[in-house]
Parts: sequence; C-alpha cells; structure tokens
Amino acid sequence: MKKLFLSCLSIALLGGIAIAGGHEKGTLAAVKSKGHIQCGVSQGLPGFSNPDDQGNWSGLDVDYCRAMSAAVFGDANKVKYTPLSARARFEALRSGEIDVLARNTTWTMQRDATLGLEFVGVNYYDGQGFMVRKTLGVSSAMELDGASACTNTGTTTELNLTDFFRANGMQFELVAFERADEVVAAYDAGRCDVYTTDRSGLAAQRTKLSNPDDHKVLPEIISKEPLGPVVRQDDPQWADLARWTLNAMINAEEMGINSGNVDSKRSDSNPAVKRLMGTEGDLHEAIGVNNDWAYNIVKQVGNYGEVYERHVGANTPLQLGRGGTVNDLWTNGGLIYAPPVR
Amino acid sequence: MKNQNTVFFVRKEFAPSRPAPASTVGVLGWIRNNLFSTPFNSLLTVVVGGLGAWSIWGALDWLIFNAVWVGGNEACKANPNGACWTFIGTRFDQFVYGFYEKPERWRVDLVILVLFVGVFWTGWEKAPARRWAGGFMLILFPWIAWGMLYGGIFGLPIVETSQWGGFILTLVVSLIGIIVSLPLGILLALGRRSNMPIINSTCVFFIEFWRGVPLITILFMAAYVLPLFFPTGMNFDQLLRALIGFAFFAAAYMAEVVRGGLQSLDKGQYEAADSLGLSYWKSMRLIILPQALKAVIPGIVNTFIGLFKDTTLVLIIGLLDLLGMVHAAIADPNWSIRSVPTTGYAFVAITFFTFCYGMSRYSRFIEDKLNTGHQR
Repeated sequence: MKKLFLSCLSIALLGGIAIAGGHEKGTLAAVKSKGHIQCGVSQGLPGFSNPDDQGNWSGLDVDYCRAMSAAVFGDANKVKYTPLSARARFEALRSGEIDVLARNTTWTMQRDATLGLEFVGVNYYDGQGFMVRKTLGVSSAMELDGASACTNTGTTTELNLTDFFRANGMQFELVAFERADEVVAAYDAGRCDVYTTDRSGLAAQRTKLSNPDDHKVLPEIISKEPLGPVVRQDDPQWADLARWTLNAMINAEEMGINSGNVDSKRSDSNPAVKRLMGTEGDLHEAIGVNNDWAYNIVKQVGNYGEVYERHVGANTPLQLGRGGTVNDLWTNGGLIYAPPVR
Repeated sequence: MKNQNTVFFVRKEFAPSRPAPASTVGVLGWIRNNLFSTPFNSLLTVVVGGLGAWSIWGALDWLIFNAVWVGGNEACKANPNGACWTFIGTRFDQFVYGFYEKPERWRVDLVILVLFVGVFWTGWEKAPARRWAGGFMLILFPWIAWGMLYGGIFGLPIVETSQWGGFILTLVVSLIGIIVSLPLGILLALGRRSNMPIINSTCVFFIEFWRGVPLITILFMAAYVLPLFFPTGMNFDQLLRALIGFAFFAAAYMAEVVRGGLQSLDKGQYEAADSLGLSYWKSMRLIILPQALKAVIPGIVNTFIGLFKDTTLVLIIGLLDLLGMVHAAIADPNWSIRSVPTTGYAFVAITFFTFCYGMSRYSRFIEDKLNTGHQR
C-alpha cells in the first residue's frame, strides 16, 4: 500500500517536472501577449522599492522594471509588481510567477552558477559597513575588538561580520534581530556599540535614530554586494533585453542624454548616439523591440544617473552622494560602465 | 416576690439594621479586603498599580497626547517622541485597498458595506428575514463579492488579484477561509467518525496531511512549487491557490474541533436518533450536530480567530495584506522617522484586536443564548 502510494507520487512528480521542463514560448512573447511585465521587487527597501504616498511603487529597482516596460511596450507603466521575501525570490523567478527579479539581489557565484538564473548586470554597488556612536572614539573598524554588534539574523551580513572579525583576529559579541526596525531600535537604545548592515541600509536607517548627528559611518566596507536584476537562464533573448535595458540607461548617462534633452538628441549626428537612439542600425531587432526602445527608456524613466539621484542620491533622505564612490560613472572614477551599443 | 405588674421589655419590632462598618463594605471595603488585606498585599498593590499606571500613562501619552495628528512627514520629524498618525492618515487608502485601482475602489467599499450590513443583520436576533439574510451571506455573497472585486461580470473591468492588498486582502482571505472551513470541517469530522473504510481513511489522511504541514509550507508550495508541475501555459490565480491552501488548512483544524464535539455527546443521543427511525443525515442535522456544535463554539471561534491572524502569512507569497502593506510603507525613505514603524505596528495591532475581540464577544453572546444547561 505504502509502496504503491510512493510510486504513484514519484510518477506524478516526474511527469510534472517533465512537463514543466519545456518552455515553448519565449518570455518576451509571453510578456507581450499578457500585456505587462511581472516584476519581483523587495517588500520594502528604502530607495530601492517601496510604495510612495500615492500608492505607486517607487525606487531604483522599480525604475529598472519601468525601463524594461518602456523598452518592450513603449510605456513605462505596464509593470505589475510582486513584492517578494528574500526566501521566495528565486523560486518565484524559476516558477515563472515573475518575468524579472529586481530585488537588491547580490550577484554571487553560487546564485549565478547553481540556481539556473542569470544576472544581467549591476545597478547598485553596495557593501557592508559599520555605524558607531561618535562618543565611542573609534575611527576605523580595526579598532572594534570586543565590541557588540547589532545586525539582522539569517542574512549574509551576519556571515560577513563573522568573517571580518575572524580574519582580523578580533572578538565581538553578536546581537541579532529579525527585522531592520528592531535592529535600529536596539542600537539606538544602546544595546550594542556597532550597527552593521549594507551601506545603503545604514543610510536609510540613520534618520530613525534619536540624534542622527551623534553617529558616524566607518570607512571600511567589509563585503562586496553588487546588486543587480536577475532573469531565468533558459531564455537568452529575454536576458539580452534585460541586460541592454540597464546598459542603455548607463550609456545614455555617459553620452549626456537625459529625459530633458532626449528629444533633441534623437537628431544628433554622433554615430554612437544615433545607434543608441535607434536612428541608425537594426540592433533592436535582435532583442525583439522597436528601434525607439532606448529613447522610450530615457524619455519615460531617465538615464541611470537621473534614476540614482531621484531615489538614493544626495538630495533624497538617504543622502548617498554619488561623487567619488563606486556607483559613479567610470569616466568619473566609479564602476558604472556599460559595453557600447554597436 | 416581685411585683406582678412589672413588665419586662418586649421588643415588638426589629431594631433598625445598622449599616455594616464602613471599612468592610462598598468600594472602600472591597479595596481593603482585596487589595490591602496584609502588608505584603498592600506593597504588591502599590508596586503593581504604580507600574500599571506608569505604563498606561506612557502608552496614552505616546499614542494620543504627544502624538502628531496633523501635518505631513515634516511634523513627525519635528516630534519623534509621539505616534505619527499623519503617516496612517496619508496612507490610509493604501492600507485599506492595497494597490487596487483607484477608479474601481467603490467596488471594494460596496462589498465591505454589504458585508457589515449582512453580518449585523444575521447577527441581530430581532432582524426580519434573518434566515434569508444568513443564507445569502453564506451561500451567495462570497460569489458576488468575488465577482465584484475581481470583475469580469456586469461589465466591470478586471482587477487582478496581484493588485489586491491591505485590509481588503485580509478580509477576503479570512472570510473565504471561515466560510469554507466550517462546512468542510463538519463533513470531514463526520467522515472521520464514519464506519465506511474509504470515507474514513480519506478523511483521516486529509486531516492529518493538512494538519501535519506548517501553513507557511502550504502557501509556499501553492505559490511557487505547484506551477512547476502545471503544463506550460496552464496557470490559475495565485491568490486562489493560496485561498485553497488556507481553507483546507483551516478545515483540517475545524474537523478536529467538531470531532471533539461529536465525541462529547452521549452514545444515547445517537441511539435515540436511530430508534426514532431517522436517516443518517436527518439524525445528524436534527439531533447530533446542533448539540455537538453548540458544545464547541469556543473552539470554532478560536480557529476563526487563529485563521484571521494567520492571514498575515500571505506576505511570503508576495501578497501584501494589512501588515505587509504597513511593512512596505515604512520603507519609504520620506517617512524614515523613528516613530513611524511603531505607529504602523500599533495601527495594525489595534485593527486586529478590534476584529478578534469582536469575534470573541459574539461567540460569548451565542454561547449565552444557546445555553440550555450545558455550561459549566
């Protein structure tokens, strides 16, 4: 009886997997026929994806999804969002519930190589940092021997922290909480000396402290967190479209094309600009979109720099100034670099 | 010898009763007896009372007196030591409707209005045509409500369930769970006590399977693992899958609650029903179930309340219920203020408490009404 049941179950499972294995129609065709892109975002990360006062999703990751929509449909608003937890995000992508995952996901070898997924680029270079009270009198993370550190449980932050202290032969005491709000409240209440999380997170949580000016962020960055959009590995055309959406935003910034001057740039004589704006060449056909795809991205969403300044830049509550950081354009000494459109 | 005429005092009426000593009656006496009967108790009263008053004052101060009621996020930034109700005010629509399309929100309002009117109509004893209202609410309303919310009927545009969120999602999930789980749970409980081996083992398997798996796992499987087994192109709504998971999970618990009620009945009740020549369904409907269900009302309502609170777990399948909406809204950098998260959670707590306490009071009311001597 038990054997029979088990064999039935395994046949059912195998059959299911075999059927699910064959994606006949490409993602782009499926997206076009349903009329929108289903985009997986964070369930709320300041500056990356969060609902604004009007009830629309907004943020750096959200604007990436809108850029994809502009490229595919010529309309940035044909996106539907699925807010995902860290646990569920890869399953949601693999099962086809979402078409693209733009959820501040760190590009790692394990994720890229073993999950059947493809990272298409980096839209924000993050890294884990430390915040301390100025009264602690510490100017470098190397002086934190014996400190107690507040952080989130079950994330890479905790592992990075352990690695950092072990590598430098220092002791520390871990004070971990489930949610970011609890961590910041505990740090504010003096439960620990150091608050550690990604730099963008430190900036976002800092305004929740009783006296933000009494705290400072230490210069060390102890981990590499290149955050980028992810697609399924089984559809190279869709992956190319996702990759070149990001590249178009970066190239547009590099060429000085922004949402304000994009109309005039359409008649520019520079061949590189012409290729990007689709007035020359037919590269758009290879990724399955119209020739004004990049124009629509810049016109409706903006270039990379505009999006950055709108959501996380110096004039936002996050105040993550871009100048001199890795998130600046390569021409300014940063790491934001895109291959040419040609 | 004493004078014959000496008359002893004979009382003809009762002496007027004097009030008990002031120290043993009334508020003062009660306080003295219950709070200050010994020095140790007095100390305990002072300490606990002081702590209670201090924390209540602190909560009221934070929630009401020192709170920010008008203005925008600037006002909250200026006063981080009180609740930031303007955050709730600004985002209230989001918390109620989620991302439901704005021009279509009247549909949600209408459904909520009908729901509350219907529940009060059914719940109020003296209402006319109460039976019809109850039947409508239980059988027709869920379909009509789904049609109204989802659209596609009466020429209403479709609003995808992925856009549902906030309080309306909490209501939909918990109500569907409640409406489906009670009848299904009763059937399962009856099936589990059946002598027919196939029905019996099916019910036992169903109950033990759904009860043996954590709800999170069920939701995760329904949302992300099931689609892997579907043929390409075949897909059905994610919320619907989650709802089925919820309803089955609750039904399994409900079945065990009802089974408890069935087992609490004396064997004589079954035999009496049989000796009257009633069919199985008639004896269940007229004799067994009314008694069994009455005995387990607290357990049933307990399951409902648990279900209502479990709806917050839809967060893990990418749907934002009331808690999820608040959680997401807190992440807005423009509202990155110390008092905002706590205010959001306080709002959620108050909302949930109101509904759960309402359910609990109603269950007490039903219990009292149906109390025919079984209450201990």
